[in-house]
Formats: sequence, C-alpha cells, structure tokens
Amino acid sequence: MPEAAQTGSGDLAISARGLVRTFGSKRAVDGVDLEVNSGEIYGFLGPNGAGKSTTVLMLCTLLKPTAGQASVAGHDVVSSPGEVRIRIGVALQEAALDERQTGREILDLQARLYGLSAADRAASIARAVDLADIGEAIDARIKTYSGGMRRRVDLAASLIHGPEVLFLDEPTTGLDPVSRAQVWDEVRRLNRELGVTVFLTTQYLEEADALADRVAIIDGGRIVEQGSPSELKRAVGADVIVVDLPAEAIAPAAEVAGTVPRVDAVTRGRRGITIATADGAAVVGSVAVALSAAGLHPRSLTVRTPSLDDVFLLATGYRMSALDSSAEDGAAATGSGLQASGAAPAATAREGSRS
Amino acid sequence: MSVQVSASGAPGGGMVRPVGIVTDIATVARRSVRSLLREPEAMAPALIIPTFFFIVNIGALESFVERTPGIDYRAFQIPVAIIFAVTGISRASVLVIDIQTGYLSRMLVTPVRRSTLLVGMMVADIVLAAALSLVVIAMGFVFGVRFGTGLLGILVFLALAVAWSLSFTGFPYTVALRTGNPAAVNSSFLIFFPFAFLTPAYVPRDLMTGWMQTVAAWNPVTYLLEAMRSLLSEGWDASSLGKGIAAIAGLGAVTFTMAFRSLARRVATG
Repeated sequence: MPEAAQTGSGDLAISARGLVRTFGSKRAVDGVDLEVNSGEIYGFLGPNGAGKSTTVLMLCTLLKPTAGQASVAGHDVVSSPGEVRIRIGVALQEAALDERQTGREILDLQARLYGLSAADRAASIARAVDLADIGEAIDARIKTYSGGMRRRVDLAASLIHGPEVLFLDEPTTGLDPVSRAQVWDEVRRLNRELGVTVFLTTQYLEEADALADRVAIIDGGRIVEQGSPSELKRAVGADVIVVDLPAEAIAPAAEVAGTVPRVDAVTRGRRGITIATADGAAVVGSVAVALSAAGLHPRSLTVRTPSLDDVFLLATGYRMSALDSSAEDGAAATGSGLQASGAAPAATAREGSRS
Repeated sequence: MSVQVSASGAPGGGMVRPVGIVTDIATVARRSVRSLLREPEAMAPALIIPTFFFIVNIGALESFVERTPGIDYRAFQIPVAIIFAVTGISRASVLVIDIQTGYLSRMLVTPVRRSTLLVGMMVADIVLAAALSLVVIAMGFVFGVRFGTGLLGILVFLALAVAWSLSFTGFPYTVALRTGNPAAVNSSFLIFFPFAFLTPAYVPRDLMTGWMQTVAAWNPVTYLLEAMRSLLSEGWDASSLGKGIAAIAGLGAVTFTMAFRSLARRVATG
C-alpha cells in the first residue's frame, strides 16, 4: 500500500496507541492499543458500554480521541480524516437508512457521495444489488424492509466504493438466527474473496469465535485480552470444569478446588466456580471428592472445552453471558429466540445446568 | 489469514474521486427533493392555512379596509397568504430523523462536505417554496388580483417569497441540529406567529394602534409585505423593494449563521 510509508506499518490496516475518549468524567475508552493486519477479520468483543462503539467512532473519524493516536488504512484519523473516509466502509449499529428511499436509491446516493463516475456507479450498484440479494425489494422503499433486509442493504451500501477496511458495529444485534448466519457468511465471503479487512464489534461470544481471526476483549474501556480465539481459549487451559453451587458455597468451594492437584486456575462466578485444567476428565473426579469431603454439594459439575466467555471470565472476573442473562431469559420467555444458539457452531459459554 | 489487499483488490478499488461542492449539493438535493415529492400530503397544511386565512380575511375585512381610498384588499392579502404558505417550511423534520436514526452518521463517514448536507436540503426547500408561492399567486389571479409590474413583477414577487422562506428555514434547522429532537422541531413552528402577525398583515401600518405600529416597525416581515404589495399595486418602488430585500438578508444572515454553526457543532468530532 502506498500509504504505508506514513505510518511505517505496511501490513497494518488499523493501528491505535493509547486511544482515550472521555465524556465528562467518564473514560469510555481508556488507553486502547490495537494492531489489525490487512486482510484479517478482527473481532472486538465486549459487553454493552464496554467502549466498543466509541472506539469504532474514533477509528471512523466521527469522534476525536481525547488522547492517543490511531491510523486506519495508513492515514491518521485526526490529521487526515478525508483520506481515511475514502478508504473505509462503515455499517454502524441499527442499519441507519432513509425509509423514504428505495434500496437502490440508497446505494446510488452512497456511490455519488464517493464521486464514482457514471460507469463505475452503474457497475458498483449492480454489484451491490447482487450483494444485498433481496430481489425486487431493492426497488421498494426501505420502510417495507425487514431488519435482515436493512442490514444487507446497509452492508452493501458500506461497500459501494470498494473500501480497504470495513467497520461493522454489532452487525447482527437484534437479528434472528437465520439472518445472523447470512451476515456471517457474507462477512467471510467479503474477507476471503475481496480481501477486505473487517473490524467487527460484537457482544456475542459465538460471533467473535465463529468469524474473527483475532479477537480483542474490551471491558471498562480497556482491552483485557487479545489473540486468536484458539490461543485465548488455550490460555485458559485444555478443559474447563464448571461447578454450579449455592451462593454460600462458592467461596469455600473455590478454596477447596484450589488445593486439588492439576487445577490450574479457579475463578468465582455468581452461580459457582470455574476451574481451568489440562485434563478435565481426570480432575473432575478429584474435585467432586474434595468438595464432598469439605461438606460442599454442587448442583452439577460439567466438563467442557473453554469458550471465549471463559477467557472473559478469567480476564475480568465475571461472565459476559451473565450480563445479558436477563435479556436472554426475556427472549426465551417470549419465544423470540434473540440469542438462539442454533446459528452458533462453537460451544457457547452457558452452563449446561442453568435452568 | 494472508489475503493480499490493495486499493484495487477491494470491490470497487480506485474508483473514488474527489467530488466538487456542486456535485455534493446536487447529490444531497436529489435525495431531499425526491423525498419531498413522495410526501405531497405534507404540503397540504401549507396550502390550506393560507387559503383559509385569505378567504376569511377578505370576507371579514375587505369592505371595512377598502373604506380607506386606494387599497385593493385582495391584492393586499396575497402577500400575507404567501407568507403563511412558505414561512417555516423546511426539511428540518427529515434532518432530525436522520440524526435520530443515524443516517446522518452514515453520510458523515463518507467524504461529503459537511455544509452541503444542509445546503442540499435547502435546495428542496426552495423548490417547495416556489411551488407553494405559485399556487398562491394562481389563487390570487382567480380572485382577480393583478400585478401592476407585469411578468417581471411576478418573478420578483416569487423571488422575494422564496428568499424569505429560505431565510426563515435557519430557525427549524438550528433547532433540529441543536436538539436532535422531533418535538422541538415541531415546536419551532411557533416562532412563525410573532413574525407573521405582529405586522401589517390585516391593515396598513398607519391604521394600526401605537404599540403595534412600533412592534411592526421592528419586524422584518413588515418590510417584506410592503415590498411585495408594492409590486402588486404601486409599480416599481425601489425604496420598498430595497427595504424588503434588506429585511430578508438581515434575517437570513442571523438564521444562517445559527444554522451553519449548529451544523458545525453537530458534526464536530471533538
């Protein structure tokens, strides 16, 4: 890339150093360092309010950092926002589209704003219409679209000018499992076939696990872990033993479990403890015996391979899945299946014993 | 993953070109005019209110005011009808929805010149103001109103109406950009009342009571009405026209300064 000389980081699509953004006294983003390689899908994972969207807004030139420096596609986001803008595509949360226009008109407007010539515009819109893949609805007003159709048009619009880096801010929040799986396929295809670097924020662990080459976990405005999903999970240990316990038994159980041979780490949660170990099948028996000897009686013991939620738990001391458990329960109660795991190929972090 | 990325490796790589300001304005205006044409029902109040007041005012006051020699009350009321039609119309209600839905942000991540986001909407305002004014002028013709200054007079009359309308749009745009709140934008219509009614809308200034005369003397709409009326009944009157144009320019300078400052604040990245 010709821009590489400006940053001295030829293979980096995004780099950030000490990025800070404060709103009043609140530090929404508190010293974020990032390095995203060209051509990778980078997952930015964290709960609501962790600082994901604020980081994206800074990288997209819509918000100035209070401190720190960031460059995207080889250009500084503060000193050369115009250079950054023509090289990035952005699909912000909520698929913001003008309801009075048709999908095709949205794409046309977008192409004109980037100065595409008439010929390029026609070709790009045709490609984008294919990408959106919503059939004849592309010529219907946006207000008639479903959430999934809006996302597809929004995604197609963000790619109209052939960006090098694509920012997707929670691209599947609120989508049904089928639409979510479609967006995932599309993101993979864009990355694989067109080489677009994707920076994706998500609050879904399975999404980061399924899509991202590398993941940063952000909590309280700080990156707490960074690496490939498999590296991060390996760091937790080969296996995880989840012990579901009554609240009063959690603290003593953690102490007892810590004394069991070959237990690498014990983390307390709200519903029990999580034990990291190299050999879950062998250790689970010892844990059960030790707890029983101490007069502690787990509701269940489950051995499984680690998930990103376990990584999150080790890094922050709490589970991401516990944060939105009320939302999940609500979804389950209404049958809306907001977080249905059918679309998630990877193991999710929810304990099997949860009622 | 080791996919080779270059500017031309992306789907439309290398297509992006610098865009002139006129192209940006045309792009934004195209969208605004299109959405305007898609909601003709939104124009209804802007036509019903002036028609209603025109007929009621003539019915109530024509014979009374025409006791003063030299006043053609129907011609006297046509500029009032125009003011009622075009004052306060704007795309601010669309802008505030753009802010709320995030569509404004979607446009801000493109290289579009920020000022053209407002100017483009104002182009649609000009189109609407001209269309409404033409309808009111046509209504005047139906009621027997004629222009003493001929076709050129009609064109200047139209230009004054549109320029006035545009200068007033700065208010709702300012409210939209400052608050991002649709209810506040709707309420900004209230500012229309003092501007429209604390004027010689019903009777000439010399027939008004003292305090009202003083207030009207400070209201730019007074000079606008008098300039427009001069085109209808007095022929070319440079003094009236000059004051009318100055009133529009003065108000426009204030409201545009507010609106574009508010835009700058809204799109500021700090």
